[in-house]
Amino acid sequence: MSSANEMKLEFDSRSCNEGFARVAVAAFMTQMNPTLEEVADVKTALSEAVTNSIVHGYEGEVQKIIVECRIEGKELRVTVIDKGCGIEDVAQAMEPMFTTKPDAERSGMGFVFMEAFMDEVRVESVPGKGTCVFMRKKVGQPADEFNQ
Amino acid sequence: MEKCVEVSGTTLVIKVPRELDHHSAEYLRGEADRILGEKSIRSIVFDFEKTSFMDSSGIGLIMGRYKNIRFTGGKVTAIRANEQIRRILTLSGMHKVIEIYEGEPEVLERGQRR
Repeated sequence: MSSANEMKLEFDSRSCNEGFARVAVAAFMTQMNPTLEEVADVKTALSEAVTNSIVHGYEGEVQKIIVECRIEGKELRVTVIDKGCGIEDVAQAMEPMFTTKPDAERSGMGFVFMEAFMDEVRVESVPGKGTCVFMRKKVGQPADEFNQ
Repeated sequence: MEKCVEVSGTTLVIKVPRELDHHSAEYLRGEADRILGEKSIRSIVFDFEKTSFMDSSGIGLIMGRYKNIRFTGGKVTAIRANEQIRRILTLSGMHKVIEIYEGEPEVLERGQRR
């Protein structure tokens, strides 16, 4: 029997929704019995991805951001999707300190934090079409194996 | 919104809100820069007493203020930073350029407490 559990959020790319997205994902993952540190890790990684969509993907224009979460066993998968401008060079965008917006005080640490706090980060992007960030992380205490 | 910036002598104290993300960083940046433009500030203190969340937008805010004040020999300090905040500051390399305290250092206490 599959114990997978999914949810999907769609919201406007307004900065005031960053906190909402973090809280929603944090609430969804509580069923995995995560440690406080694991919740903090996921919230930070999610915040980075959503902020990227707002600041870079849509460049401040109000459009839709989709966050999908899936719990499968002890693994949490989070996908952040925008239909914004896309990333020309993903490898370069993921380099520490690289930013296309130094004037806006973007630190260039977004992908660094995502990679530091999640087990895996994959980025698929088509210039002019949008960007999809997939993240994976093992979450929860070993004793929690049979918690549904 | 609660008052988030305070000036004490030549020190600007930024009371960081509960969550420092892109949304709140934009607001704080405006408030801080307004004061930095008006007054002669020698040091900036980020007080994380109430803060439980920070992401890379917070790093951008601190880094930006550090760059502003560095030219005049000023310094930036982070106080009352919990483990989570210290982790983000360390991971981003900010600990190399600013002083980070878990509590509230005595020097600051005397100058700023009211």
